[in-house]
Amino acid sequence: MSGDPSRRADDAEPAVVIVDDHAIFRSGVRAELEGRLDVRGEAGSVEEAVRLIAAEHPDVVLLDVHMPGGGGVEVIRRVARENPAQRFLALSVSDAAEDVIAVIRAGARGYVTKTISGPDLAEAVRRVRDGDAVFSPRLAGFVLDAFAGQIPEAEVDPDLDQLTLREREVLRLIARGYLYKEIALELSISPKTVEAHVSAVLRKLQLSNRHELSRWAVERRLLD
Amino acid sequence: MSATPARSTPLRRDPEHGVVAGVCAGISERLGIDPVLLRVGFVVLVIATAGLGAVAYAIAWLVIPANGVTSPRERAPTRPARVRRGGWRVAAGAGLLALSALLVFRELGIWWSDALVWPLVLATAGAALLWRQSRAMEPAAVDATPPSASADPPTAAPRRAGPADLYRGGFGIALVVGAALLFLSANDALGATREAVLAVLVGVMALALILAPFLWRLGRNLAAERAERIRSQERAELAAHLHDSVLQTLTLMQKRAGDEREVAALARRQERELRSWLFDGRRQRDESSLAAAIESAAAEVEDAHGAAIDVVTVGDRRLDGPGEALVAATREALTNAAKFAGGAGTIAVYAEMGPERAQVFVRDRGAGFDPASVPADRRGLRESIVGRMERNGGRAMIRSAPGTGTEIELTIEMEPA
Repeated sequence: MSGDPSRRADDAEPAVVIVDDHAIFRSGVRAELEGRLDVRGEAGSVEEAVRLIAAEHPDVVLLDVHMPGGGGVEVIRRVARENPAQRFLALSVSDAAEDVIAVIRAGARGYVTKTISGPDLAEAVRRVRDGDAVFSPRLAGFVLDAFAGQIPEAEVDPDLDQLTLREREVLRLIARGYLYKEIALELSISPKTVEAHVSAVLRKLQLSNRHELSRWAVERRLLD
Repeated sequence: MSATPARSTPLRRDPEHGVVAGVCAGISERLGIDPVLLRVGFVVLVIATAGLGAVAYAIAWLVIPANGVTSPRERAPTRPARVRRGGWRVAAGAGLLALSALLVFRELGIWWSDALVWPLVLATAGAALLWRQSRAMEPAAVDATPPSASADPPTAAPRRAGPADLYRGGFGIALVVGAALLFLSANDALGATREAVLAVLVGVMALALILAPFLWRLGRNLAAERAERIRSQERAELAAHLHDSVLQTLTLMQKRAGDEREVAALARRQERELRSWLFDGRRQRDESSLAAAIESAAAEVEDAHGAAIDVVTVGDRRLDGPGEALVAATREALTNAAKFAGGAGTIAVYAEMGPERAQVFVRDRGAGFDPASVPADRRGLRESIVGRMERNGGRAMIRSAPGTGTEIELTIEMEPA
């Protein structure tokens, strides 16, 4: 497929590139996605990734969190200088909360674990292409751990830095393994509203510089 | 001896209230006389005896122990203040004592040269200052008296050197050096000394310039070597671990390549082990963690039934009685899910734990069922999950309908401690 402008239409296959330093894993993902998405290329290092993304302008970059030379965070940072609108979906085996939160804060629009099935991954890519956020149960757990937990309900203020009750409900259902449409059913809201809540949480994660968030990450690194 | 009243204190110097070393203060306390009177009398005595009194004072200083030495308990709380204050006065006192001692010697005819007087006085004062300083730096050494340390308040901890200490120390050194120079100049030996000092200074500086890069590099090399050693140790540990676990499993998987289910189970178990080694290694999760107990229960079920289970935990709490019941019920719910819905995708476990509540959700993507139609003899659900939770003051809720999978919600609530 060439870069014809019609590919951004909603029904077109999203164009993706796969960035991961493990060749075996790249070819595995590629095999799973062929036929579902338009895989434009693979990159095995930060340098390669930056070049490839600049050349291909994919809709979504599937990005490994851990790579030599700064990892996914560095790729996002360097691509964003030229093209801040580029969308990233973090794909990782990493369970370390601080790494996942770091790549989200750098600008990734979601995080899924590498054990995700091919159809689910294709669906997640589509959602990121459409501007929505993709939270895996694990990411939802990390965010709940970081944001909620210690804050008593009464002290939640409308500040940007804190999650609303509804946002927390949505996150808990994601953590429990619910799909967006199941969450919508459970909370009697529309799937679009669920997506809006998740996007709001993502924005808070990325914009928030409240020091609890970094302290939380530091504490996990040191104590947990 | 028995005439001495039992409550009377032995004669002690009282440096805390003293002007020089607390001899007069100590005596006045013992005799019940105003120390000022005693001091005036003492100065008169010194003048009258042409300095002999000063020698007496010095002897008294040496002989009479300071108060509190035998009872650190009483002394300890006030000691740091004393150490802080005393320096200057003691130095001045020591200088004056030296002066008067010299006067005594001169009077007695034991004399060499007047040029000796000022250098000696200055040196004595400086030495006293430094002496005092070195003692102030290590109060623990002064305190080496009976090990009633437990009664000592923490004020006995070694004091850090403040700017005032450095200032005093520097002044003490300056006094001693000044005294030496004064003595040399008085003996016309300074000219030669100046050249010698200059030569030594130049030599030291040259040596420093020559050695500095070498020493600097030496320090850096040592640090680099240490870092390298730590790195290679880590590498060896990593290699050993990978060999014992990952390589063994990969070999096993090649042998069993025909059995798809077995291979998947092996891969999953290895993944979990490696994951916990990589990411949980720095978490010091111990036996008493509820989150850790739930995670290991999920791992057991995963191994036993070959199902895929994802565990997400938020918060944590101590593993207590109700917690144990929660873990057991979770294990039972997972076993059910693995048995009846293990083939239908990943089983999700979400545990949220706080001081007042712990909640576990087990969700599978299986065929689902109608909870009302579960036969009464299905002990797993009724007894092991619902019954167990209720016996431990918790509750279990089962949500399922044919075609939608099953979610089991387990809750225990605690009264805030």
